[in-house]
Amino acid sequence: MEELRETDQPIKLKPLTVKKSAGLSSVKSEWLLKGLAYGLLTIGAVSMLIPFIWMVSTSLKTPAEAVAMPPVWWPSVLRFENYARAFEVAPFGRYFLNSVFITTVSTLGELFTTILAAFAFSKMKFYGKNILFTVLIATMMVPSELLIIPNYLTLSRFGLINTYSAMIVPYLASVFSVFMLKQNFESVPNELYYAAKVDGSSDFNFLWTIMVPLSKSAIVAVTILKIIGSWNAFMWPLIVTNDRMLRPLPVGLQAFTTEAGTHFELLMAASTIVVAPMIVIYLFLQRYIIMGVSKAGIKG
Amino acid sequence: MTEKATLKSTFKALIYMAPMLTIIMTFNIYPIFRSFMMSFYTDYNFFQNTVNSYGLDNFITIFNDAQFWLAIRNTFIFVLGVVPTSIVLSLGIALMLNKIKFLSSFFRSIFFLPFVTSTVAISIVWSWIYHGRFGLMNYFLGQFGIDPVAFITDPDYAMLALVIMSVWRGLGFNIILFLVGLNNIDENYYSAAKIDGAREMGRFFNITVPLLGPTTFLVSVMGVINSFKVFDEVYALFQSRPGPARSALTVVYYIFQKFYEENQFGIAAAAGIVLFLIILVFTLIQMAFNKRFVHY
Repeated sequence: MEELRETDQPIKLKPLTVKKSAGLSSVKSEWLLKGLAYGLLTIGAVSMLIPFIWMVSTSLKTPAEAVAMPPVWWPSVLRFENYARAFEVAPFGRYFLNSVFITTVSTLGELFTTILAAFAFSKMKFYGKNILFTVLIATMMVPSELLIIPNYLTLSRFGLINTYSAMIVPYLASVFSVFMLKQNFESVPNELYYAAKVDGSSDFNFLWTIMVPLSKSAIVAVTILKIIGSWNAFMWPLIVTNDRMLRPLPVGLQAFTTEAGTHFELLMAASTIVVAPMIVIYLFLQRYIIMGVSKAGIKG
Repeated sequence: MTEKATLKSTFKALIYMAPMLTIIMTFNIYPIFRSFMMSFYTDYNFFQNTVNSYGLDNFITIFNDAQFWLAIRNTFIFVLGVVPTSIVLSLGIALMLNKIKFLSSFFRSIFFLPFVTSTVAISIVWSWIYHGRFGLMNYFLGQFGIDPVAFITDPDYAMLALVIMSVWRGLGFNIILFLVGLNNIDENYYSAAKIDGAREMGRFFNITVPLLGPTTFLVSVMGVINSFKVFDEVYALFQSRPGPARSALTVVYYIFQKFYEENQFGIAAAAGIVLFLIILVFTLIQMAFNKRFVHY
């Protein structure tokens, strides 16, 4: 194991025809292993999906079907009016708009602040750069739960408790995003930057017309992770809002569990409303999310 | 054309960083210090924002509070329940995904799905699945002749219910990290081993397992850190209560209760500091380890 790791330049090998000499039994066991893998993965995938399927299926049932035993897997008639009903019983339309508003503003704001900062860190020379960057990285180790109490007090000093600003302003910047973008901006060659400077292009211009388009995929990854985080945020919005009309979806949904009583079909319809937009984003932009998560994970 | 830092360039960089720094200083850096200070507030007037006395009373209070110890105990049980289970399952799944070509990314997408969805919504769906009378889980158990279990209301089963759901939810994230780890293993090792006639099993135990060590460690530490902060799941799964008979009272839930429900800011801050210190230990272990073993 040690020798393997120490090998700096593994020997380059030409394609080999080892398989031929491997014999019949090994080919057979190979197929067996693959078959087993597919079998287990299918069982796993089904268990992953059951809660989602059950959520959607329940959301389309009659109240009687919802609590039927043995369970009705799929309703005989799809009752889409459950969704309309959920919107009537609680202001889900308002919750939805609140979520869209909070997510949009905090995402755009964060992009603006972090793109500027990441540019300064990646291409500009300034005093104290390393120290400042280390301090910022160190803040990532602090659990955000520790910040809740002082932030609540700060916002109440500014009279911002129970406002949209309370849910947006603290999230207008993120060290994680600066870190991700800085790394990507650094991979844009310095020559490009200097050439643009010689041509008389300002830093600001260079950043938005060359740097940002060149780092599109990293920016998209950061954006989507932010959208998901913002959309699903729960504890902070719960703490800083009293007014029902300011609630974002997760807080509204949580309150709905008491409002819906035993109407599981309504509760599941409401849950579907909360979950569906992110699943749609995921289906289309999955590759960016996975890219972002794998980068984030490796850097810890 | 190499430039050096000058006063002018520093000033310019500060302008670029100013919006980010304003936010981070106000809402990320200042509150760290404020939290430490607050944990020593023993007589604080919220309305006038005046502190009348400082001391260690908050720490003494929480260390004498049976609820706090219960929260610590529950959180450790949760971490011990979730992390190893999740590691074993996600490693196994990642290895299988790595083995097959066809449908591999399709399966990966399904496993990762819960990660993008609202914890609250998902927990509510699970509380419906766990329902004592009409829940899907009890129906399945019934098929095997097992009597219905009141997962949400029975203190003996609440933690189990929370652990199962959390493993389900976190699986995809760990799988992605393991897949990255597997990807970083040089194909040439396998080719070389094949030439030497190493069998599938031999290659697995002599190449994959040792070279995946750092990833496994990383995934474990991250799992531990994240599991220590569990809150949303508990709050939503048990209808805004810390589980039946506080059986799912976690450290963050304790902080939330002291702060939000009882307005005991100093005590909540002190409990927050304890949480921070516990997490710090694991973060430092991870950093030391990264320096030593991770070279990519």
